[in-house]
Amino acid sequence: MKPVFEYTRGMLPEETTYCPGCTHGIAHRLIMEALDEKGLLGETIGVAPIGCSILAHHYMNIDMCESTHGRAPAIATGIRRVHPDKIVFTYQGDGDLASIGTGEIVHAAHRGERITSFFINNAIYGMTGGQMAPTSLLGQKTTTSMDGRMQELSGKPLRMAELIATIDGAVFVERVSLDSPGNVRKAKKAIRKAIEVQEKKLGFGFVEILSSCATNWGVTPVKALEWMRENMIPYYPLGNLKSPEEVK
Amino acid sequence: MSEKVLMKGNEAFAEAAIRSGCRYYFGYPITPQNEIPEYMSRELPKVGGSFVQAESELAAISMAYGGAVAGGRVFVSSSSPGIALMQEGFSFLCSTEIPLVILNVSRGGPGVGGIQPGQADYYQATRGGGNGDYHLIVFAPSSIQEAVDMMEMAFRVAEEYRNPVMILADGLIGQMMEPVVLPNPIPDAVREGILKAKPWALTGTKEGRPHNVVKSLYLKPEELENRIMEMDLKYQKAKEQLVRYETNRLEEAEVVLVAYGSTARIAEEAMELLAEEGIQAGLIRPISLWPFPYEAFDKIPEKVKAVISVELSRGQMMDDVKIGSKGRFPVGLSSRVGGILITPPEIAADVKKVLGVER
Ligand SMILES: Cc1ncc(C[n+]2csc(CCOP(=O)(O)OP(=O)(O)O)c2C)c(N)n1
Repeated sequence: MKPVFEYTRGMLPEETTYCPGCTHGIAHRLIMEALDEKGLLGETIGVAPIGCSILAHHYMNIDMCESTHGRAPAIATGIRRVHPDKIVFTYQGDGDLASIGTGEIVHAAHRGERITSFFINNAIYGMTGGQMAPTSLLGQKTTTSMDGRMQELSGKPLRMAELIATIDGAVFVERVSLDSPGNVRKAKKAIRKAIEVQEKKLGFGFVEILSSCATNWGVTPVKALEWMRENMIPYYPLGNLKSPEEVK
Repeated sequence: MSEKVLMKGNEAFAEAAIRSGCRYYFGYPITPQNEIPEYMSRELPKVGGSFVQAESELAAISMAYGGAVAGGRVFVSSSSPGIALMQEGFSFLCSTEIPLVILNVSRGGPGVGGIQPGQADYYQATRGGGNGDYHLIVFAPSSIQEAVDMMEMAFRVAEEYRNPVMILADGLIGQMMEPVVLPNPIPDAVREGILKAKPWALTGTKEGRPHNVVKSLYLKPEELENRIMEMDLKYQKAKEQLVRYETNRLEEAEVVLVAYGSTARIAEEAMELLAEEGIQAGLIRPISLWPFPYEAFDKIPEKVKAVISVELSRGQMMDDVKIGSKGRFPVGLSSRVGGILITPPEIAADVKKVLGVER
């Protein structure tokens, strides 16, 4: 009998430390499945960020290192120079990538580094307990914006995918969401394409993955997914912003 | 044997790094070391290596970590304010035990300071500007030749100890030209063996071994304490094995100068001036700044009237000179700062002041 579903060898048999309702685990699995399907698990080097997913290497069954806060794209750049033919990716949250690490992500894209950055946008700083991120929505209550994010004080949320798409070196940019099974499947497709961009040595790839943080948003796991649909997706439109002919 | 060539310090350092097997360099422009990234951008591609002009020193040190974590022999250089930005990476490289050679062609500070030579990064180099219990291993050459000869050793020590090694030079030896004998390039077979000797490096599992993980986070205090104690064992070993220094005329001395880098050469001229006036001065020249050669001070004869730290900073090394002197001698300071090189007559005058001689 042929099994209909098998757990990917890309994930180690560990119980994750992520909270109930957190989508980090789904994002991890999608990336590992995509690599596994392409037979690339043994050819991949990943860089984990500072953030809840610093422990991604507990779960991802590939060579990995931790990074300093926000510097993962620069670290991946160094790895890329030594291993021109491996698959190299960064996995980063929105505090890591869209705040302290803006310089590193913009310039990795600007140099057209042949790496992929998976950007987990959960509109909040998870690991440090729910502070405002550059991606927190207007009116969103966080521990550093108790009355809700105010435009006068903190500006409007940063749309990283759109920003990265303006940079010529970034050849593949897509925003996906993990709020529903249908969107999870689309996310997987985008991740596969982003990896293909790297296999074909086409340039920098960026996948923004809208994610949940039920704990710090102060809602139930089910409500968190609704909150993504009602609040995040309207402000962060899903879809492909850029894709080379070769992977269309 | 290699030929003798006339070379600018910075270019000689870069060439020595390449001959030592370095194939990866990441840097950001800053005076007085710009010749190094310029040289690397020209020369590394010719030997199959990589140069990346980083967007900042934060990125440069992170790229260096990436290159080294992937198993490469990596070199970075910068000058004082740029080295300040790299401190985040230094602490992280020490905690993850990743080898790297760092060159600081130091200039005057604090802040932006100036672009003339300085030695005011002594604390930064030996006490660490990053967080946590860690040490860089620090060597201070006093000539271009010594710097060039040190380079290959620096890579070997970094890899043996799995800890970054800093070569603390100053703008003077970076910018001056001297005849220098470059080392022979290490053989290709040795260079290729470097990666194989790093089983921890991230190279892809090929699904043939358990995954390699390089990490710095230890949430359980007991695990972190064990980690730190393991690192400390290395640092204790370094204190036994890596101390380097030179002494000059210590036995006859009535006063002892302590100086490193370019300043040691100036101090030697001051010793001649003092000898002409009948004052016998000796010299301790620390070559390793961390670990500091405290034991050299045990060789100072009891009759010595004072020990004087000669440095282009306001008594930073003097702290170590005091520790080494163990209260046996009064310790004085002779210094110029701000990018001004101290002169032999100024040192001689400071010595006479400390000795209380009007001659
Ligand atoms: C230099 C530095 N500054 C601050 C921190 C504290 N810190 C840890 S995780 C984090 C942000 C995490 O948020 P995000 O990137 O959104 O990832 P998440 O935890 O939500 O997945 C911060 C600020 C740190 N570890 N290092």
